[in-house]
Amino acid sequence: MAEFHSPEALVEAASRARDAGYRCMDAYSPFPVEPLDDIIEKRGPYLPLLVLIGGAVGAVAGYALQYYVSVIYYPLNVGGRPYNSWPSFIPITFETMILFASLTAVFGMLGLNRLPQPYHPVFNVRRFAMASNDRFFLCIEAVDPKFNTGETHKFLEGLSPDHVSVVQH
Amino acid sequence: MNHTESIRPRLERIQQRSLYAGIAGLAICVLGVFIDREQFFRSYLLGYIYVLGIPLGALGITMLHNLTGGSWGYSIRRILESAVKTIPLMAALFVPIVFGLHSIYIWTDQNLVGHDELLQHKSPYLNVPFFLIRVAIYFAVWFGVSYLLVGKMRRVEAAGGPADDRGVQNFSAIGLLAFFLTATFAAFDWMMSLEPHWFSTIYGVMIIVGQVLSMFALSIAVLAVLTGWNPDLREKIRESYFHDLGNLLFAFTMLWAYLSLSQFLIIWSANLPEEVTWYVQRSTGGWGVIPIILVAFHFLAPFFLLLMRKTKRNPSTLAAVALVVLVMRYVDDYWLIAPSFHPLGIHLSWLDIVAPIGIGGIWLWMFIGQLKKETSLIPLNAPFLTEAPKHD
Repeated sequence: MAEFHSPEALVEAASRARDAGYRCMDAYSPFPVEPLDDIIEKRGPYLPLLVLIGGAVGAVAGYALQYYVSVIYYPLNVGGRPYNSWPSFIPITFETMILFASLTAVFGMLGLNRLPQPYHPVFNVRRFAMASNDRFFLCIEAVDPKFNTGETHKFLEGLSPDHVSVVQH
Repeated sequence: MNHTESIRPRLERIQQRSLYAGIAGLAICVLGVFIDREQFFRSYLLGYIYVLGIPLGALGITMLHNLTGGSWGYSIRRILESAVKTIPLMAALFVPIVFGLHSIYIWTDQNLVGHDELLQHKSPYLNVPFFLIRVAIYFAVWFGVSYLLVGKMRRVEAAGGPADDRGVQNFSAIGLLAFFLTATFAAFDWMMSLEPHWFSTIYGVMIIVGQVLSMFALSIAVLAVLTGWNPDLREKIRESYFHDLGNLLFAFTMLWAYLSLSQFLIIWSANLPEEVTWYVQRSTGGWGVIPIILVAFHFLAPFFLLLMRKTKRNPSTLAAVALVVLVMRYVDDYWLIAPSFHPLGIHLSWLDIVAPIGIGGIWLWMFIGQLKKETSLIPLNAPFLTEAPKHD
């Protein structure tokens, strides 16, 4: 794991690591660094798909609830309007769609990130505490097919970081 | 730095073509006066209302942005200013409507009003002299506010003042209030009074939001073209600005849908004869096709496309969505206005197509003329654009 003191250096290092063929890596910084989104491999497009499904389920469930209540379970004639008054069902259908989609987004994000996570190996490095202050870290993980303790260490040293540490796990 | 120097020939070519299209369109419209005088005035009103929405939307967005701030606004500031400066042209283009009041508004017919008690009660407001006085007031307010506003903003900019100048903010707050009131009553006068028995209080906001949506769509399309032509500008206006503008287009698409649905839902629920006839007329006799088109392409298609991050970060796909919205804005205006004249069934006159091309062409000619006068296409005091992109 290499430590840098500016977001620009982190972005530069991450793109060089990517060019060198490393894929399983993660970056840690005190605030979002936009260019990193495109450099660091993501674990698949599952979340947007989950949210889409969540929204669709919410819309169907919202409409079904209203349909069931006012057409099947307790039909009530309100001013001669049809039981299935779709225009008046739209607002609630829309709301449940948003509700389900946003809940899916929050819990899906937590689930896919395996959070809450009480233990993560990077915290074994004491200097890592500064990742929430003013230091920027790039961590190449041992699961990467190109990973080799000696070579990867040398590679990270070559990125002119402030410090390189080995994460025990 | 001079952005317009390198793209001037291209701007001039489009400007010239707009002028030709405008003159040709209006010339054919004049021909229409002799063929079908009534239809000419009705189609002219439709085309005029559609085009007018763009500079009015620009006026609203400019003042709104002065109050809220945000880097998105600086990327389209020059486009907004150029659009705002076309308001005098729109005032001049209103003249034909003055001569066609009797072909357009049934409340001008004394004979009919004499037999209609409701219209008699409305006549202190709906009469020709007061209508014309209001037209003068609206344009005086719009021109006055826009002239003072742009002048103030440019003076602050030239003096090296901050982008969030206090004086400009105060003026915008009052200006926005004046704009909202006048634009609401203009919508009542020019559009809602086509069917003088019908009324809806949400109508004005619905129209204003549509105008703002038109201007956002046009700004995105113009900005995409300008950044495509000028690499210098492209470097300054990065994807994140298009992303922001895409989000705003998305928000206003939803707001338009929300307001349109609100009006419909309330009238549909109440089901009162004097209110609901407006919708009955607009959903029977073939007119019913248009709300389906509107739901599909004015709401659902842009909604789902703009949900995706990829659409918003690519200027050309975003511009394509914006153009769909811009076309749908016309369909929406057509659906609001044309059924008042043809209650029996769907009716599309060739003049309904020619009039917006004529008015729009002349408008575009003046808009580009204003745009090409600028030396820098981004404001000099924009806080986020002039700095190098650091510390995102």
